[in-house]
Amino acid sequence: MTEHLLRLDDVRTDIGHYHILHGVSLVIPEGGVHVLLGRNGAGKTTTLRTIMGLWRAARGAIIFDNRDITGSHTADIARLGVAYVPENMGIFSTLTVLENLRLATATGAFNNERLDRAYDLFPAIRQFRDKRAGTLSGGQKQMLAIARAIIERRRLILIDEPTKGLSPAIIRAMIGVFREIALETTILLVEQNFLFARSLGDSVAVIDDGRIAHSGAMASLAADSGLQTRLLSLSLDAHG
Amino acid sequence: MAEAPTSDSLPWYRALANVNWLPAALALAAFAAIGSPATWVTLTVAGLAMGMMIFLMASGLSLVFGLMDVLNFGHSAFVTFGAFIAATVLARLAGWNTADTPFLSVVALLLAIGAAALFGLVAGWFFERVIIRPVYQDHLRQILVTIGALIVAQELVMVFWGGSPVSVPRPLILSGSLVFGDISIEIYRIFAVILGLIVYVGMHLGLNRTRIGLLVRAGVENREMVEALGFRIDRLFIGVFMVGSALAALGGAMWAGYETLIAPDLGSEVLVLVFIVVIIGGLGSVEGSLIGALLVGLTNNYVAFLMPKLALASTMILMVLVLIWRPLGLKPAAKG
Amino acid sequence: MADLNLPSEPAIARLGTGRVVLNSLLIVIGLGLLFAPFLFPDVRSQEVAARICVFIVLAASYDLLIGYTGIVSFAHTTFFGLGSYGVAIALKSVGPNWPAIILGAASGVALSIVLAVMIGLLSLRVKSIFFAMVTLAVGSLTLVVASQLSGITGGEDGMTFQVPHFFSPAFRLAANASGGTLRLLGARMDGKLLLYYFVLASAAILLFLMLRIVASPLGTVLKAIRENDTRAEAIGYRVVVYRTAIFCIAAVIAALAGTLWALWLQYAGPQATLSFSIMIDILLMVVIGGMGTILGSVIGVVLMTLAQFYLQDLMKLATAATRAIPGLPQVFNPDRWLLWLGLVFILLVYFSPAGIVGTLTKRDGGR
Repeated sequence: MTEHLLRLDDVRTDIGHYHILHGVSLVIPEGGVHVLLGRNGAGKTTTLRTIMGLWRAARGAIIFDNRDITGSHTADIARLGVAYVPENMGIFSTLTVLENLRLATATGAFNNERLDRAYDLFPAIRQFRDKRAGTLSGGQKQMLAIARAIIERRRLILIDEPTKGLSPAIIRAMIGVFREIALETTILLVEQNFLFARSLGDSVAVIDDGRIAHSGAMASLAADSGLQTRLLSLSLDAHG
Repeated sequence: MAEAPTSDSLPWYRALANVNWLPAALALAAFAAIGSPATWVTLTVAGLAMGMMIFLMASGLSLVFGLMDVLNFGHSAFVTFGAFIAATVLARLAGWNTADTPFLSVVALLLAIGAAALFGLVAGWFFERVIIRPVYQDHLRQILVTIGALIVAQELVMVFWGGSPVSVPRPLILSGSLVFGDISIEIYRIFAVILGLIVYVGMHLGLNRTRIGLLVRAGVENREMVEALGFRIDRLFIGVFMVGSALAALGGAMWAGYETLIAPDLGSEVLVLVFIVVIIGGLGSVEGSLIGALLVGLTNNYVAFLMPKLALASTMILMVLVLIWRPLGLKPAAKG
Repeated sequence: MADLNLPSEPAIARLGTGRVVLNSLLIVIGLGLLFAPFLFPDVRSQEVAARICVFIVLAASYDLLIGYTGIVSFAHTTFFGLGSYGVAIALKSVGPNWPAIILGAASGVALSIVLAVMIGLLSLRVKSIFFAMVTLAVGSLTLVVASQLSGITGGEDGMTFQVPHFFSPAFRLAANASGGTLRLLGARMDGKLLLYYFVLASAAILLFLMLRIVASPLGTVLKAIRENDTRAEAIGYRVVVYRTAIFCIAAVIAALAGTLWALWLQYAGPQATLSFSIMIDILLMVVIGGMGTILGSVIGVVLMTLAQFYLQDLMKLATAATRAIPGLPQVFNPDRWLLWLGLVFILLVYFSPAGIVGTLTKRDGGR
């Protein structure tokens, strides 16, 4: 059945002696924005990294597009159409903005339409395209990281806390950007900022202490203040 | 959002403060100290030549470390073998190395250098697969294993060539000096500088104009992200390792012609120099290695003339001074 | 922390064959060194025995460093040299007496502590590989400086000096019938014998000290830091302090080993204490014996020292035997004993990184 784009079955991940994920089970359907909420240390980043193959799942399975990618090499997973925007953005500061984008293309050649679209979504990228990426501001780097993820068509984009350290104005602008991106692909977004997540997400899963504590449609969580309070006190930092 | 000032858009006087100018600044300071132009020219050319040879040996190590986080103490073994192989080829082809056959002597030279570089490529491949690959992530074991490899390699040199120093017949076309009035410049040194420049330009173009070069530069900075973009960087690594080893062997071959007398512990002797250059230059940076190597070469020669007692220690003192100013080296590319 | 589920057996029964072999080896070595002057009365064996004593201490102090912090430093010979030169300079300038020895040792130790603190702090600022390279350069620098400062250090040739009278061969511990030095079981009862036992006793004390340190709470904290320094820091241990402390302790012991070495040789020089080959030697000894075990150094030192001599004899045989086949004799040339040792070392690092002691103790489902 290909109704789910991504499925995690009871995934356990250890780092050294420490058990981080204690059995994460998650399904992500194709299309839309899906949010993974949780506080620091809950295992959000670990989940993304495990999906991406950067950390190896000790137990359990990860199925992407009907294909078992549990032990696969990161590069192979990327080639299947998965993009990863890490928390630290992964920008290559010694390369120019354009070189950063070029690395995200399969052959080194740009699809001009998509490049223009990226420029439209992120004007700063066009402006500084020949400058060294290290000279960009924090917000601009985040834009570049996201632009890199969409410069070619992907099936799934994993994004780790994109709003961290950004001003409210930029965050508001990002909501529109993400909504537009989600029209053509699937986004799995990891966040601590509930308000940002709520305005964006179609479905939400809450991870706490390496396990999924709740999952369901964003609308129902948004409507249920009692549930929010319970989960909020459990896991969330609300940002204004 | 304000744009942070970058070196791409600095006013000209800030751009001058760039570390790229350090070797020139050093040469200028030395001129003030030495006084005599003839002596200064000789020393400077000697320093540049020595620097270029060390650059050949060091650049590979710096890239390998920057890209794959692997420190290869056995790197200098390629230098030693390169030197001895070139010496052997030149000795065997001594008949070609006469004044009447300039063409043949050039061929002999190219064969000697080529043999060294070829050895570096092949041995580099073997070394990476057998010695390095099993201990990728483990820094401690890497250090230990590559030191073991260094010891074994040194012993092997003695097995094949004996324990005593070997003299290297310098190619005739590279012997002698150019004389301009008071100033005499050894032809071999000019050759070394030119060769070094060619290699540097080649590496610069390769890194900045090709897709593979792009991958290497990105990988030096953030290996994981390059993989997350879909590239098997471990496959890239073996290529870089091979090239780095070939360059080291090439450096060794040039060094053999420079010193004309080589001993099996050549590798260990230059190991420290190479490390100092990599430290000064910054890990993962070819430009850094060049600047560091030139600084080391120049310092060595200037100090040997001005303050002979300090000569041996001068390189180390240089390293300490640079580290105090820039703890990660002059132009580090890798996170360090 | 793992749960311990030890079966309730009597202690002796829990001792596996590995431990028994190890303990027997250690006892044999200990007895051998204790009675060396009587068992092997020739001069060469005396030198070997003394060398083993000093290097056990030096290698063990290095194990304290790389085995318990996991940080590789190539500047360890510097401390060895500081201790050596300290005592040499003191004895030469002050005179051959006890106060000079103590003064020399103390200065060597003091300088070593200063240097160790600096190196220890550097190690925390930079990546391990960068640090290894810097210490290599520092070690080289020390060698060069010692060779150059001929006024103070005697330069490349080093310096000889007089030891106190009671350590010299002229000093008679016991006289025989005709008034000369008594020979007991072949060994001369003179100052040299006294010096040997002084070296042996000091080495034993220092070794014992190191064993106590690793068994102490400090040792436990160090092991925790070695396993995972981030977590140790999170629990509340200031990694900086502990690492620097162990750097200093290792440096001090190495300096004291240097003091013993200078006293025994009545000589201090760059090749005897500061050379890269000595650094490599102790690295090999520690790894072959087993990192992080202290006692591994005992095994490693003895093994390598014996190998240096007997392996060469073995290889002489092999050279003679393979004389007919071209090329092979060179490989078995006894001068190339280091080649084979190097290969063994590489194999050990790959397959048995715990070294000899580690492998022996692991067989009992160790710790």
